[in-house]
Amino acid sequence: MPEPILTIKNLTKKYGENVIFQNLDLTVNEGDTIVIIGPSGTGKSTLLRCINLLTRPDDGQIWLDNKEITARGTDEDKVRQHIGMVFQNFLLFNHLTALGNVKLGLDKVKKMSDKEATEKAMHELARVGLADRADHYPGQLSGGQQQRVGIARALAMDPRIMLFDEPTSALDPELIGEVLEVMRQLALEGMTMLVVTHEMGFAREVADRIVFMEKGYIVEQGSPNEMFNHPKFPRTREFLWKITELYGKKEKEAD
Amino acid sequence: MDFGQFISYIASGTVYTVGVTLVALPSGLLIGTILALLYVYGGKAAARVMNLYSTVFRGIPPLVLLFILYFAVTKGINLSAFWAGSLSLGIVSSAYQMEIVRGALLSVSGDQLMAARAIGLSRLQAIRYVVLPQAVRLAIPPWSNEAAIVIKDSSLVYALGVPEILRRAQLIGASSQRYLLAYLSAAVIYFLLVFGTTRLLAMLEKKLTIPSNP
Amino acid sequence: MLTWLGYFERFGKNFLHGAGVTLELTAIGLAIGFVLGLLLALARCFGPKWLQQVAGAYIAVFRGTPLLVQLFIIYYGLPEIGIAFSQNMAAYLALGLNSAAYQAEYLRGSINAIGAAQMQAGRSIGLSKWQTIRYVILPQALRLALPSWSNEPISLLKTTAVVFLIAVQDLMAEGKRAATATFDFVGVYLAVALVYLVMVFALDALLKFLERKTKIPGMDIETSR
Repeated sequence: MPEPILTIKNLTKKYGENVIFQNLDLTVNEGDTIVIIGPSGTGKSTLLRCINLLTRPDDGQIWLDNKEITARGTDEDKVRQHIGMVFQNFLLFNHLTALGNVKLGLDKVKKMSDKEATEKAMHELARVGLADRADHYPGQLSGGQQQRVGIARALAMDPRIMLFDEPTSALDPELIGEVLEVMRQLALEGMTMLVVTHEMGFAREVADRIVFMEKGYIVEQGSPNEMFNHPKFPRTREFLWKITELYGKKEKEAD
Repeated sequence: MDFGQFISYIASGTVYTVGVTLVALPSGLLIGTILALLYVYGGKAAARVMNLYSTVFRGIPPLVLLFILYFAVTKGINLSAFWAGSLSLGIVSSAYQMEIVRGALLSVSGDQLMAARAIGLSRLQAIRYVVLPQAVRLAIPPWSNEAAIVIKDSSLVYALGVPEILRRAQLIGASSQRYLLAYLSAAVIYFLLVFGTTRLLAMLEKKLTIPSNP
Repeated sequence: MLTWLGYFERFGKNFLHGAGVTLELTAIGLAIGFVLGLLLALARCFGPKWLQQVAGAYIAVFRGTPLLVQLFIIYYGLPEIGIAFSQNMAAYLALGLNSAAYQAEYLRGSINAIGAAQMQAGRSIGLSKWQTIRYVILPQALRLALPSWSNEPISLLKTTAVVFLIAVQDLMAEGKRAATATFDFVGVYLAVALVYLVMVFALDALLKFLERKTKIPGMDIETSR
């Protein structure tokens, strides 16, 4: 029986009257890759931000390794060290080189010596295939390279789980592949991942489970085979058909 | 008196002009930066107080504020005109420098702060290591403008009797009855100071520019 | 603590008179500065090379030296070569010449923002260069400059405070007289500061109103302090 790393119960988030999601339940087991799909504006990004406490949920609980992180008095900074986050717009620190971006957390949060931090950061950059770009600033890197640095920056903290918030949707089509390849590799290495994406090829091939979210609810979840070939709800089929049509074309163009 | 003596008498006031600037500008920067941090990250109440400080101090002519602060300070403590004048100009400048730093802090996008928090940096660490280094670069051009203003405003302490460039030009102009030459010489020295300072800061800006592909 | 508010009762009339002179200085300085500033901006943008350089040097010199020095050159220096002004005339002139340099920069910024494309569009329908400037570029540039230009009247109003040093009878001069009479320098100058604040706020409100009135929808450039 695999251990759950992340457990979400009854999670609710509202902005004023506007309910983003309500009474949401989700479990992520160690080593799983879960892909969340759904129309935009259904609260997927907000869900990720709630999980690493960048946004406070209004109700419900989240457990990370059987410790409730939504409990009062939780050290948020500590929690975030164990949850890696990759952003849609990369959000690299503009004034630091690729190496500097990866090193900052090791330096200031993990308090490693400069030598240790450099070694570890170089190791993470090599992992995403960018060791030779270590001294480049974000403005000197392509979008795909920037996002891979973003992944390396999160990996450097040795997180228990990695959250990906539409990691390829700000990228030109020809740059998407290199980022997905890094993510695929991570999944193979057994990293636990929660990925919000529209890349159906990636979902089909890499996901252990696909979660379809709409209007703040989880409509349906299951293995890629179940979801793509035998969805229980017409909405799921409709969405998957549309999105495959739309993005499949783009993928073909990119080839 | 020959021309060399005439000029060097006025030029010797540069020590005071530069001195006033070197006290006023950094003290204004220090106060302004602290107030800007409070303004941006200190919550609503602090922002309201800072906004009032900024509006009032920037709404009063520097010369009037200089007089108020000078007379208020020298009433309490025995301070030379140089120090009282310089510190007062620093306080005047702090309101403008606060706005410069605030503008720079706000132009570093909030997402940068979020990304820093996401890897576990505390709020203070995120401001210190991610937001401030980027804000400093953005602040250099407007700050260069403010530096030029403070150099020029240092001439206001003339009214307090500090023997800086303008005061010396007046004194030697009166004794030699050659006002035009005296004030023109003063103008040249001020111009060189302002020009040199802005050039220096432009070089600094260039040096600190973060490399990027066009 | 608030005894200084009493000075308004005692010196109110004088302050009011001084404030009138201050506003007059601001208005005249602004007007001279606008006309000269516009000419400088046009010279910099459209003039022959040598004229561009002359205008550039003018702007650099007047922005690079203290107004007080400019004022003293005009009032104390120029009479030596036979050009003498009254105190008020010297003050108008110094404020105007100084303000022109700043106004030229505001106008230049907006003329550049309108850009070469509008010049080409004007020339393409047969307008001459100067006609294009007059009928196409300037009407747009002046409106576009308003948000950043509106710093200038307020800045100039505050700047006028130095002219009492050549004994112009403005608000500061009245303040100085009241301060010497009461020996309460801090209190009197606080009262004077309050009068300046009121004038600055009123002017600011007026300019904001004008900005809203003259705004062309969809037309904007980024403004700086």
